Amino acid sequence: MTTVTTAPETAAADHRRVEHRPSLARLTGVELRKLVDTRAGRWLLITIGLVSAVIVTLQLVYAPDDEQTFANFFTPSLVPVGFLLPVLGILSITSEWSQRTALTTFALVPRRERVIAAKLVAVVLAALASVLTSLAVAAVGTLVSSATGGAGSWQFDRMLLLHAAVFQVATALIGAGFGLLLLHSPLAIVVYLVLPIVWSVLGELVRPLHRVAGWLDTNLTMEPLFTAEVTAGQWQRLAVSLLVWLVVPLVAGLVRTMRREVT
Amino acid sequence: MIAVQQLTKRYGRHTAVEDVSFHCEPGTVTGFLGPNGAGKSTTMRMICGLTPPTAGTATVDGRPYRQLPNPGRTVGVLLDASAQHAGRTGREALAVAAATMGVDRRRVGELLDRVGLGPTAARRRVRAYSLGMRQRLGLAHALLGDPRVLILDEPANGLDPEGIFWMRGLLRDFADRGGTVLLSSHLLREVEAVADRLVVIGGGRIVAQGDKDELLAGDGAVVRARDGAALRAAMHRAGLTVSEGSDGLLVGADTETVGQVALAAGVALTELRPAGGGLEQLFLTLTATAPGPVVPATTIAEPTGEVVR
Repeated sequence: MTTVTTAPETAAADHRRVEHRPSLARLTGVELRKLVDTRAGRWLLITIGLVSAVIVTLQLVYAPDDEQTFANFFTPSLVPVGFLLPVLGILSITSEWSQRTALTTFALVPRRERVIAAKLVAVVLAALASVLTSLAVAAVGTLVSSATGGAGSWQFDRMLLLHAAVFQVATALIGAGFGLLLLHSPLAIVVYLVLPIVWSVLGELVRPLHRVAGWLDTNLTMEPLFTAEVTAGQWQRLAVSLLVWLVVPLVAGLVRTMRREVT
Repeated sequence: MIAVQQLTKRYGRHTAVEDVSFHCEPGTVTGFLGPNGAGKSTTMRMICGLTPPTAGTATVDGRPYRQLPNPGRTVGVLLDASAQHAGRTGREALAVAAATMGVDRRRVGELLDRVGLGPTAARRRVRAYSLGMRQRLGLAHALLGDPRVLILDEPANGLDPEGIFWMRGLLRDFADRGGTVLLSSHLLREVEAVADRLVVIGGGRIVAQGDKDELLAGDGAVVRARDGAALRAAMHRAGLTVSEGSDGLLVGADTETVGQVALAAGVALTELRPAGGGLEQLFLTLTATAPGPVVPATTIAEPTGEVVR
């Protein structure tokens, strides 16, 4: 992959020409950069950080002292962040089309699957970074709590961290999948937000759907991830729901993106 | 170099590009001419692997675009100056591209200088750029990877006359140093000044291609005088064929003959120039009927041919 070919010199270019294919690492670096180099992207990330901080602050003020533990600071911040990460996933894909940068992006990297792969890796890294942020904010909350008479307990099951990471990565990738499939920012965001609600309501209302929802409604299947213990049955349900909401849109979206004409 | 072989693109029943073939050689500027909607942009997008062709092939530097390992280092592409993220600064747009291609970041500053985007402009977001500034940024983007080939779609759009003059110089220089340039335009005059070769497309088909001088060398002259009637009478007396052009009389003789006749008749001329051969007429016909798939059968060239008159 890193074969170096020195092309015949022309008068137009009298220096050594290196024709590497851009590595996936380099492309991922570029995609991470694109997440932060616009005002919109930067504010989305800042908001994600702020949300964790606000949640912890609220708990410091309102939660009973004995509940102010590290684990209790950490878990609640996951939900609002998990609400915003899919938006990040969606926008990282769809902004190429809405801003028409796909034209330059795919002209520079015509192997579109490599760009998409780099985007997915960047989104996963962002999701993992958000978990670290939640951890850091929870740590600050715990310190403050122990200084102000709260429980300040540091007891923390490591499995909780793993589950949190799975949760955030999955939500971010679901967003990216919706973005890939729909290739349109507002449409993807609305569909992403509305579909699970519709699904939850239907699951409640329509009795035959009730059992199916237990396997397909990600709101339900992801719930166990907020605890330290997830049973094998719960993992199975999670896997099935993610197959439907994550893998299928991602694959279908990849096929669509590969074939789409860039104008 | 660029080689296009029998490219065809159909959208359902509509044929946007049909059987288009041409070559662009190193050291030359090829003007890709045609009215709006003639299929120029579609052809260029097919060359760049952005639009899958229905039939036919295109290669850049001997390889299909999609097989170029790092295309930005081989071919600079500017297909639409507005296709930049409105929220990025000009400098950042180039920095992203430089990072993708693995080009030294210092080149970003060099290129911004070269296209005349100063430090203030480079710090502004593309949203605030005029079309002319976007074209300059797009040109910097195309040149960033130090390519041997340039593919530019309507790069003069939005540039002021001084900017157009500057761009011509830049492209001429690029070609003179061995580069290959393909640039499109819907204005004959715009590419006439810089192109060595012309490829004219209308209704999705190539209607003429060849050496610019050959295509433009022509029969006839355009002539104008304040006393149009006297001029016309003089030309008639000299036995020259005269027809009413859109901007003056079209006379079937070279400028020297026409000048002599006018002098002999004592008619003061306000304008006298070569008519631009059949190409100008052809182009006017195309523009008048465009956009539409119908091209007068007499003007359709053979695949390898020159203008058919």
